[in-house]
Amino acid sequence: MSSEEQLSAIKGAKVLMVGAGGIGCELLKTLALSGFQDIHIIDMDTIEVSNLNRQFLFRQSHVGQSKAKVARDAVLRFRPNISITPYHANVKESGFNVDFYKEFDVVLNGLDNLDARRHVNRLCLAADVPLVESGTTGFLGQVTVHLKGKTECYECQPKPAPKTYPVCTITSTPSKFVHCIVWAKDLLFAKLFGDKNLENDLNVRSSDATNLSEHSEDVFECRKGKDIEQYGRRIYDHVFGHNIEVALSNEETWKNRNRPRPIYSKDVFPDKLTKENGKTEKGSATDDVSAMASLGLKNPQDIWSLAENSRVFYESLRLFFLKRQKEIGNLTFDKDDQLAVEFVTAAANIRASSFGIPLHSLFEAKGIAGNIVHAVATTNAIIAGLIVIEAIKVLKKDSNSYRMTYCLEHPSKKLLLMPVEPYEPNKSCYVCSEALSELPSPVISGTVLTIEDLQQEFSCRINIKHREEFDEEREPDGMLLSGWVEAPVDKNNNKSIGNGESTSSALSMEEIQEGEKDVEIQETSESAENVTGKKRKLSEVSKGTIPDHSGLPDESSRNQNQLEKLDVDDEDDELIISNDWESLTKKKRL
Amino acid sequence: MNGEELTEQETALYDRQIRVWGADAQRRLSKSHILVYGMKGTVAEFCKNIVLAGVGSVTLVDDREVTEEALSANFLILPDENLYHGKTLAEVCCDSLKEFNPMVHVSVEKGDISTFGVEFFGKFDAVVISCCSLAKKKLINQKRQKLPKRVAFYMVDCRGCCGEIFVDLKDYKYSKKKLEETVECQLEFPSFEDTISVPWKALPKRVSKLYFAMRVIEQFEDAEGRNPGETSIADLPGVLKLRKELCETNSVNESQIPDALLERLLIGTSEYPPVCAIIGGILGQEVIKAISGKGDPLKNFFFFDAMDGKGLIEDISEPKPVS
Repeated sequence: MSSEEQLSAIKGAKVLMVGAGGIGCELLKTLALSGFQDIHIIDMDTIEVSNLNRQFLFRQSHVGQSKAKVARDAVLRFRPNISITPYHANVKESGFNVDFYKEFDVVLNGLDNLDARRHVNRLCLAADVPLVESGTTGFLGQVTVHLKGKTECYECQPKPAPKTYPVCTITSTPSKFVHCIVWAKDLLFAKLFGDKNLENDLNVRSSDATNLSEHSEDVFECRKGKDIEQYGRRIYDHVFGHNIEVALSNEETWKNRNRPRPIYSKDVFPDKLTKENGKTEKGSATDDVSAMASLGLKNPQDIWSLAENSRVFYESLRLFFLKRQKEIGNLTFDKDDQLAVEFVTAAANIRASSFGIPLHSLFEAKGIAGNIVHAVATTNAIIAGLIVIEAIKVLKKDSNSYRMTYCLEHPSKKLLLMPVEPYEPNKSCYVCSEALSELPSPVISGTVLTIEDLQQEFSCRINIKHREEFDEEREPDGMLLSGWVEAPVDKNNNKSIGNGESTSSALSMEEIQEGEKDVEIQETSESAENVTGKKRKLSEVSKGTIPDHSGLPDESSRNQNQLEKLDVDDEDDELIISNDWESLTKKKRL
Repeated sequence: MNGEELTEQETALYDRQIRVWGADAQRRLSKSHILVYGMKGTVAEFCKNIVLAGVGSVTLVDDREVTEEALSANFLILPDENLYHGKTLAEVCCDSLKEFNPMVHVSVEKGDISTFGVEFFGKFDAVVISCCSLAKKKLINQKRQKLPKRVAFYMVDCRGCCGEIFVDLKDYKYSKKKLEETVECQLEFPSFEDTISVPWKALPKRVSKLYFAMRVIEQFEDAEGRNPGETSIADLPGVLKLRKELCETNSVNESQIPDALLERLLIGTSEYPPVCAIIGGILGQEVIKAISGKGDPLKNFFFFDAMDGKGLIEDISEPKPVS
């Protein structure tokens, strides 16, 4: 690396950082020290206490403030003469469009979720800006480089989807602690404290689809003036006792499984609770309403007994009604809500106890319920250093030296930091490749394809309907497009595409966006009568050859894009789009 | 500093890292004392990491003045002359480090570390040195060898795109997770002097070239009476001559230590911030592991070269006698 070349490449570079958290703080610091002078940084979060163990640009006094802004201020202290532009905003906002990205020489991600990463990936492809991606968990981390056309894009390799569980496992046959947590959080907590209008599977039986009798619904009604303890016992007995008995009544379910045991409050607490819960009214009006504090349970790492869990259950329930009455009906689980975490831990543990699943501490339960990612400063620092090294290579266009680097916890062949050459783009990647040769999921009757065109901010949903027959004369291509209308303004524009020019000047953005409307495609064939009813002139749909097997617009535009406007029935859904058919399918081109 | 349990404040602050190494390890960290010598950029990174991790105390030693060069790779030094005038590097860094974690006791020890007695080193659980001449490295390592108590010893240096870490944990007992179980392990580390005395010919052929290159530069500086890092491209002929001698003595081919590599190390006397971050991070992890007694330690050298992007571990020790 010639240092002259390097220095000048760095000095003149305009860099976008997405994320000012664990990786972001380390990255901003290292970029500044390395001589970068124009850095933009987007982050929508505010600072929390649990960030401070690694996001070292932040202090206790900054809790609640914007990460992007505080990070900027902190770095300017040791590099006062550089330019750092913070955006306290969601990277998915429309203002961060393709033109915005085009201003930058390289984009550096320090994100913590797949959704945002995908979004940035697509915009970088649309803007043709290099992207350096990264991620860390505990002692593991990696840095990857993405250049349109030269390397894989971020989505060329499928990314694992977040784990979901079958409903019946959660409602009836849990076998792991996480199932109990999901039950406690998404069912019980939601039922008791969340929006009552939302559907809730708490009382659904796995054996049949019918809900339990209305009697059950009454159980959850908390009548004003009623004794909270009674209410608590009633809920407890219902979900841990009654519901389990009902489930047990279905022999089939338990043929090959361990039977759960119902737990009733009288078995755990024969006497009145207030005696056992001791100092209940103490410490009123404290900010931190906590069942643990109220019960004298000090250590979140302790695993409570069934009795202790039950006490926490009652006490947290009681405290919600006593101190946070107003919020009830609007609450969603928040891992930073101590009382909610206590309730969910207790409920999950009691259920676990019932099903013979090992109990967990509040600390562990919180991690599972809150999907907490364990994190340390050192891994983030290492990854940040690697990101900057890649970024500099990108700026120098030193393409032979680009590497994906993996930071391992245990060495592999002596290597703790393992560089690997980037792969070529995946030709069937539906995000970055030219042609859509494989769709992401099976396309069958009833499939809805959602297409986004980030470059022109169009989107379109295509409903696929299977049809057995098509008229050979009128619909030689075996497909039918219905539901789109020509742009109302520019009547003279009969031309179809081909020139690739967007005619979006004929349309307002609102029209397009409000019409995330559905275009119907009928593939294969159906009886002729149905077709005539639609008044569709199929010869006008496509002049090009459309492959027989697919009949999807993506495929058609690959071949030829001479599509003309259609006459559409008034009764059909109207989608106002431009005549530029190609723009509809631009997603794959990017 | 604390009782047996972690305080509520500690649990809240350290939540995310306790999920990595456990509450027990966190407790041990909070009782540990680290000595750090040579406040360059890499060491600044390392200090930031262990302060954030929540060690009990960090003692800094570096009486040098703040210079332009120091400012370039050390983010602990704010470029305000009013702030650093009259203060040593250690003092300036100390002020900044304290801010990262008020629960960690950060302080400065003044004086020439070569004169500190053995008992001084005994106050610490880990000693990290940088910017040391060959003589100083040996001296400090020896002093700490004499201690009955086990004190972890680390040596770190970064030159341009390259970085090196040396680890000496003496007789080290630790535990690690193997599948679902916890396994007890033991390792014996050679001292620094013993390590560099291992004949080059006895080492596996594929040992990192950086190891040899750093030893050549180290000996060159020693022979010429230079301060660590006080070299330039003008020294290349002298260095190549020394390489020739060393290779002859050790019966190895000179190609083991490429010219280009030596050149880079001679020129790159200032630190490269991304490498500081990487080396400081690896070193931080090692010290945390050693204090907590959990996880395989790095034995006994780590090398990183930004040119090829590899971070690798080399075990430079006496080959075991063939039975």
